[in-house]
Amino acid sequence: MNDVLRSILFLPEEGSTLASRVDGIHFFIILTTMVVGAGIGLTGFVFLLRYRRRYAHALTEAFTAPMWLEVLFVTVPLSFFLLWGALGYRDYVWSRAAPPDALDVYVTGKQWMWKFAYPEGPGAVDVLHVPAGRPVRLLLTSRDVIHSFYVPAFRLKMDAIPGRYTETWFEAIRPGRYPVLCAEFCGLNHSLMRAEVVVLSPAEFEAWRAEQGGDQVASGAGLTEPLVARGRLVATREGCFQCHTVDGTPHIGPTWRGLYLREEPLDSGGTIRADVAYLTESMMEPQAKVVAGYAPVMPSFQGRLSAADVASLVEFIQSLRPERPVPPAAREPRYELRGR
Amino acid sequence: MSFEAAEPAMPREHYLNAQRGAWSWLTTHDHKRIGVMFLGALLCTFLLGGVFALALRLELLTPGETVMGRLAYNRSFTLHGVIMVWLFLIPSIPTSFGNFLLPLMIGARDVAFPRLNLASFYLFLLGAVMTVWAILQGGVDTGWTFYTPYSTATGTDVLPVLMGVFVVGFSTILSGLNFITTVHTMRAPGMGWMRMPIFVWTLYGTSIIQVLATPVLGMVLLLVALERVAGVGLFDPARGGDPLLYQHLFWFYSHPAVYIMILPGMGVISESVSAFCRKNPSSYRVLVWSTVGIAFVGFLTWGHHMFVSGQSVLGSGTFSILSMLVAIFTALKIFTWTSTMYRGSIWMSAPFTYVLGFIFLLFFGGMSGVAVAVTSADLHWHDTYFVVAHFHFIMVGASLMAFLAALHYWFPKMFGRCYPEGLGVGTAVLIIFGFIATFLPQFLLGNMGMPRRYADYPEHFQSLHVASTAGASLLGFGFLIIAAYLGWSLRHGRVAGRNPWGSRGYEWHSDSPPPESNFHAPPDFPYRPHDYSRPDTQPEVGHAA
Repeated sequence: MNDVLRSILFLPEEGSTLASRVDGIHFFIILTTMVVGAGIGLTGFVFLLRYRRRYAHALTEAFTAPMWLEVLFVTVPLSFFLLWGALGYRDYVWSRAAPPDALDVYVTGKQWMWKFAYPEGPGAVDVLHVPAGRPVRLLLTSRDVIHSFYVPAFRLKMDAIPGRYTETWFEAIRPGRYPVLCAEFCGLNHSLMRAEVVVLSPAEFEAWRAEQGGDQVASGAGLTEPLVARGRLVATREGCFQCHTVDGTPHIGPTWRGLYLREEPLDSGGTIRADVAYLTESMMEPQAKVVAGYAPVMPSFQGRLSAADVASLVEFIQSLRPERPVPPAAREPRYELRGR
Repeated sequence: MSFEAAEPAMPREHYLNAQRGAWSWLTTHDHKRIGVMFLGALLCTFLLGGVFALALRLELLTPGETVMGRLAYNRSFTLHGVIMVWLFLIPSIPTSFGNFLLPLMIGARDVAFPRLNLASFYLFLLGAVMTVWAILQGGVDTGWTFYTPYSTATGTDVLPVLMGVFVVGFSTILSGLNFITTVHTMRAPGMGWMRMPIFVWTLYGTSIIQVLATPVLGMVLLLVALERVAGVGLFDPARGGDPLLYQHLFWFYSHPAVYIMILPGMGVISESVSAFCRKNPSSYRVLVWSTVGIAFVGFLTWGHHMFVSGQSVLGSGTFSILSMLVAIFTALKIFTWTSTMYRGSIWMSAPFTYVLGFIFLLFFGGMSGVAVAVTSADLHWHDTYFVVAHFHFIMVGASLMAFLAALHYWFPKMFGRCYPEGLGVGTAVLIIFGFIATFLPQFLLGNMGMPRRYADYPEHFQSLHVASTAGASLLGFGFLIIAAYLGWSLRHGRVAGRNPWGSRGYEWHSDSPPPESNFHAPPDFPYRPHDYSRPDTQPEVGHAA
């Protein structure tokens, strides 16, 4: 039944755990629509034949739909619509909350390619290797304009937006190769911005990774660390804390506390806002824009930091807000026994 | 009942010949002449948008480069979208038929502000010329949505187009204000709100949306212009801006804009269903309140364009539910039109053929709209050809069908002559089939995963593209036939007489074409609108069928 409907509707194969859920609501909607459409069409057709005009100036008695009919016309379709909405929303929420054991992959859209990077491994352009049967969480961003990461076989789509991270996840069912398309218009070669997800069996994936990533991967350390914690690790590993503090005291370099989006005076005059672009630039080309009052002593990290390292460092710096709002303590509802 | 058996004659003096010369047209304050001028301008923009639609379909006939390169393709779909949306669909029915008929339907001599009406026409003309000139000069490749940061970063010349659309927006606002004032202050004595023709109600609802939403569009276009010229950093993340802010502002106008296109169409359909079934609408009340409902809830659904943009999950769910509410009003209208046929006296004329096409296409367009408003289903459909097919079903299938229904239904009123009815019905069938052949394959393309705005595509999509292009050429051919026989009928058509359809619409109380001041004597509408249960007090002219 499922496969028959899928081929009638020209849907691609179901390559992920999400796909069957999306197709389920799809079939429900289409079938209901067709049944109701046929009903309305037939009614109209019968009326056309039965009440076709016989006298040019025939009078027709005034007829007003009874109240119960109007109520029926509102409640029946509305309950179907709301049911669809609720079922779809259940799957949508599910599709947006990655399981905690997911494998993280950073996805960067750029005119006109997709770049992929693992926390502990090398990056790749336009080919994403993932294991089958394991959730993969994608953290997406863009270097220029809005792109949209779309895998038709997975029924998966998420915009990649400059200056933001968006997040989605999927679990591929079986090994295979699945095309990735860009679904948001992004300029001249929008239609050529294509990539591929290569799904490997878990064993093949481990083998592939060992081949690619060297010792870091073999240790498997920190695979599930969240970005901020990972950023702290990277900062320690790369020796950032020899010059930068995180508690607000200035040192050899500016403190990271509250740095993100701060307006900084430049050595060369003018100011700069320490946004993602500036932070990234300062890692790669530290002498380009030096903050006033600091010596130009920072080395370039060009080639020493992977894309994932950069992303996690930025996340870490972003997390160091000048003062964190402290949420009020949760007030539990209190139930008191009454009577007796 | 009195019938005149003799052939009707053209009235000796009417609005078309009351004054002569081009200057009398260019400076006219007559709402009928302004409506006709709008109609002429709209047909030009429609032709331009349509030619580019065919060019796009031709390019997509085969994968790879067929007739144009990628840059030319990106510019062409932008031109097609900008012209069709801003310069044809949004102004189409209100400015042409609305202008012509609103005063006739409420028994007024003109709209409330005749000079403003003319100004609104010139603003439209100015904006249209600016836009078209800018697009033809350099070309813009942003699509009609002008999404940032692409529109602030692209090297093509976006500014003149933004300004052109901005000016057209002013025309829309002025027309809306004019209609609202006219409806409030100039109804014939005794015409209460619940005795207004349905078309007037839908024009009123449309005008409210126009007046409330269009300023937001104007603002956001200005902000994009500022961003481009001065780099103010509203939408550019490198300067602390937010690209999603643009999407929120843009869709806050542009989603209700869909209802600006479709509400007047629904009004046309309500009028024609009644006229060609010789039957009162099965529920006048439902048609009125669903119009008000669409105008209101339409403002609360814009976020359903952003389910995959990373907006909050709860926000998406809320917009999903609100979109369901707006769909229910449309469903109500469809049920009401269908049940209006019950115990009627149905004449399968050309306008009624378009009505049937309209109901059919609106049903599937509306249902696919509900489908994409379901959050999880949208994960697959968003920005694919499914969406393209959906909004073409709504915007073309419904708005354009209604426009054609209106053109045929009111052609005798506007020009005093009839068109060949058999040819009209045949062409209507051709148009409807051409339309379905064009856009039904696009639903399936979307299911397969074909994203929109693709100049090129992987090969397995081709067969459906071929089907779609074949349908589009059928559609184009249909429009040529319509242009031919309506053009011929302007001079040589049978003289229509006052009321060739035997309709009870109030606008048929005036001569066809109406005199310069609409009525020879103050009109008196003795029955409720669309009432066919009592003999007509107006002398009618016998008609075919």
